[in-house]
Amino acid sequence: MCKSINFSKIRQLSLSLLGVCILIASSSNFSFASGEDVSKVKEQDWTFSGVFGYYDRAELQRGFQVYKEVCSSCHSMKYVYYRNLSEPGGPGFSTDEAKAIAAEFSVTDGPDSNGDMFERNALPSDKFVSPFENNVIARMSNGGALPPDLSLIAKARSTERGFPMWIVDLFTGYQEQGVDYVYALLNGYEDMPSDFNLQDGMNYNKYYPGNQIAMYSPLSADIVEYADGTEATVENMSKDVSAFLMWTAEPKLEARKKMGFKVIIFLFILAGLLYLSKKKIWARLDH
Amino acid sequence: MSKLSTYQPKSSLSRWFDERLPLPRLMHDSVNAFPTPRNLNYWYTFGGVLTFCLITQIITGIVLAMHYTPNAELAFGSVEHIMRNVNYGWLIRYVHAVGASMFFLAVYVHIFRGLYYGSYKAPRELLWILGVVIYLLMTATAFMGYVLPWGQMSFWGATVITNLFSAIPIVGGTVTEWLWGGFAVDNSTLNRFFSLHYLLPFMIFGVVILHIWSLHVTGNNNPIGISVKDEHDTVPFSPYYTVKDGFALVCFLILFAWFIFYNPNILGHSDNYIEANPLSTPAHIVPEWYLLPFYAILRAIPSKIGGVLFMFAAIGILFLLPWLDTSKIRSATFRPLYKQFFWIFLANCLVLGYLGSQNPEGGYLIASRICTAYYFIHFLVVFPLLGIIETPKPLPESITKSVLEKIKTKKIDEKK
Amino acid sequence: MSEKETNRRDFIFLATGAVAAVGVASAAWPLIHQMNPDSTALALSTIEVDVSGIEVGQSITVKWRGKPVFIRRRTRDEIDLARNVSLNDLPDGLARNNNVINTAIASDQNRSIEGKEEWLVMLGVCTHLGCVPKGQSIGDSRGEYGGWYCPCHGSHYDTAGRIRKGPAPKNLDIPPAIFLNDSVIKIG
Repeated sequence: MCKSINFSKIRQLSLSLLGVCILIASSSNFSFASGEDVSKVKEQDWTFSGVFGYYDRAELQRGFQVYKEVCSSCHSMKYVYYRNLSEPGGPGFSTDEAKAIAAEFSVTDGPDSNGDMFERNALPSDKFVSPFENNVIARMSNGGALPPDLSLIAKARSTERGFPMWIVDLFTGYQEQGVDYVYALLNGYEDMPSDFNLQDGMNYNKYYPGNQIAMYSPLSADIVEYADGTEATVENMSKDVSAFLMWTAEPKLEARKKMGFKVIIFLFILAGLLYLSKKKIWARLDH
Repeated sequence: MSKLSTYQPKSSLSRWFDERLPLPRLMHDSVNAFPTPRNLNYWYTFGGVLTFCLITQIITGIVLAMHYTPNAELAFGSVEHIMRNVNYGWLIRYVHAVGASMFFLAVYVHIFRGLYYGSYKAPRELLWILGVVIYLLMTATAFMGYVLPWGQMSFWGATVITNLFSAIPIVGGTVTEWLWGGFAVDNSTLNRFFSLHYLLPFMIFGVVILHIWSLHVTGNNNPIGISVKDEHDTVPFSPYYTVKDGFALVCFLILFAWFIFYNPNILGHSDNYIEANPLSTPAHIVPEWYLLPFYAILRAIPSKIGGVLFMFAAIGILFLLPWLDTSKIRSATFRPLYKQFFWIFLANCLVLGYLGSQNPEGGYLIASRICTAYYFIHFLVVFPLLGIIETPKPLPESITKSVLEKIKTKKIDEKK
Repeated sequence: MSEKETNRRDFIFLATGAVAAVGVASAAWPLIHQMNPDSTALALSTIEVDVSGIEVGQSITVKWRGKPVFIRRRTRDEIDLARNVSLNDLPDGLARNNNVINTAIASDQNRSIEGKEEWLVMLGVCTHLGCVPKGQSIGDSRGEYGGWYCPCHGSHYDTAGRIRKGPAPKNLDIPPAIFLNDSVIKIG
């Protein structure tokens, strides 16, 4: 047997090389904005986070009001139906209220018996009406920039969590990266550093990748008058509309988390029973 | 190592059936009576877990296909339709998406179990090779499945990977256009990926049957790697391992359920909730986590064709493993040097996975190259060398002796 | 093995099996229920139709739950014709009207909308093999009884939509329908 090759040395070398790789990887200041000074998004408190998360009906209704009165002039919501507003797990409007909200909008239908298309009031069974007929018109109305559809925005955005947070997140059930980002963005129109080179038609935002966003700050104090009397500060409105956008992205969140609780408790019970069965069966050997 | 069947048909109906098609006999011999080593630990339960994963993916997939539309204009919307309108659609979709990740988690544990205990060594070489075939089919299935929601990652991941085929000399461009059915990834590509994604799992199922059949010819390996000598070394598969596998499966399901219900999207990428846009590339194109190590290897090599070759070689080399390993000892339990290298290899794979998620520049690129080099060195240098120079620990005489030895040691410890 | 141990052993296996069976059934239910009509279909299970523009003697056809519904504002003559029919002459004596009890007889009053005898709202699906009968458009054949005629196998329906001649076994089905106000009918 050859002892001439010192394997413990090779082992140590390999392990330390791996260690160096890991160190390089975790310490690198890597940012998705490739170098710009994009601020780190903070975690907010949401009623829908965690194992027992739920939607606050009043919050969603206020958020809907903000969407309707501020955002819907540019942003579509094409995967949401008016009837969703009165379905369980959402803002909790009554079916009549949802019908009334729908009726404020008009949709093109047809052709009728003469072959013509016609306008009619939207029904609960219709999807949210878009502000622009198509993306080309949307761009033309917004200086070439396309306001993204907001139905899924809370799931379509994320934040750089870094190491080791991305491992921790796996086990804490943190899934609010997107909605924390949206909230941060809406509050991120702060004063620009003096040396920043802002292009024409763009706005400075602390959190947007590249720090330049085509959307001007959409929220300002009291731009909306809340029906329930809540003060319409930018923080409140952005919180409410972000929560609303979480619901539009995940309307089944409440049902999902409720079911999850029952399923996992059930599985623990079944695991316990199977463990006892296993022990009983294996005890038959060597007694 | 085929034994005589112990099946006794109980009723006249079962006797009639048995004379014409011995399927219940086959089931009895494979699942009920099959003599299995008595010392299998929980790392050996992942085969059963994988079978469950395959069946789950097939069932949820078939159900999703009842509501999904494989057309570039409608695909993304149809997935949202499933999530919002179909009864329990959100649940079935999340089970299928998380299920793919769980499937790969289980398959990696299963593969590393095989590496540790020498389950690829004679006479189980073909068992191992069939396993690698299953893994390849799984990778293809998962890749095509990820394209179907037609999000930004779906589209651009498909573009990057199909573009690799253009690296083939002379015919590369033609082959790539043939794959696409056009001049870029588009509706034609989506349609055929849907068809193949539906087909491949059934091919996987077929190879799994061969895999289990091959296992039953040689019998299971076991943690000490000593072959079965007599019936004392084994127990009937049922109820010993059916119940043990059942327990392990339910524990696996707890982890599975955690992700489905409390963090279904964390294993995916948020960009895939943006509808595919051929005119706008996302800042960072990354595949799903289970493909990251191969992505790292692909981008570590400076040439395009080189990267493709090394990426496929990383799986291809697994086919040669039974012949690369020169050791006569199966289990790492008795191979102290090999054990160390096993853990180094595992760490190397994890680091490669991490590197696959980062930009291939600067320190990340250097690290990718080191780790890729080590990956191949491990198979081509370490495996052959260790068998020659390593001194293994003394082997127990038989499985039964080693189990009794363990019980004796445990009783002495309890007395203390 | 002692008697007590046997009993306890059986109980654990029984309990495990039972709980596992509950698990399998609970897992199976969503896979079955997903094939039931989804919420977009259910949302259209009720529709509201504005009938204010319909003149006397005019018919419209609307789509409800994927099928045609005939809405007709009948003339005085058509109503009288329907009322003068003896119930013994009807092959199907039941009203087939979802808005009244299912044993109600097929009188004209039980076929038209309560309190609004001009209005007939029926499923435009022949009760024989499911074709859409003719009679809604001006040039259509109305059959021998002045109502509707199914060209597929020659079923004749009268001015109250009741089968009079031909292979159809039942009167045209009447869906749940009420007037929400003077100009809107809610179907479903």
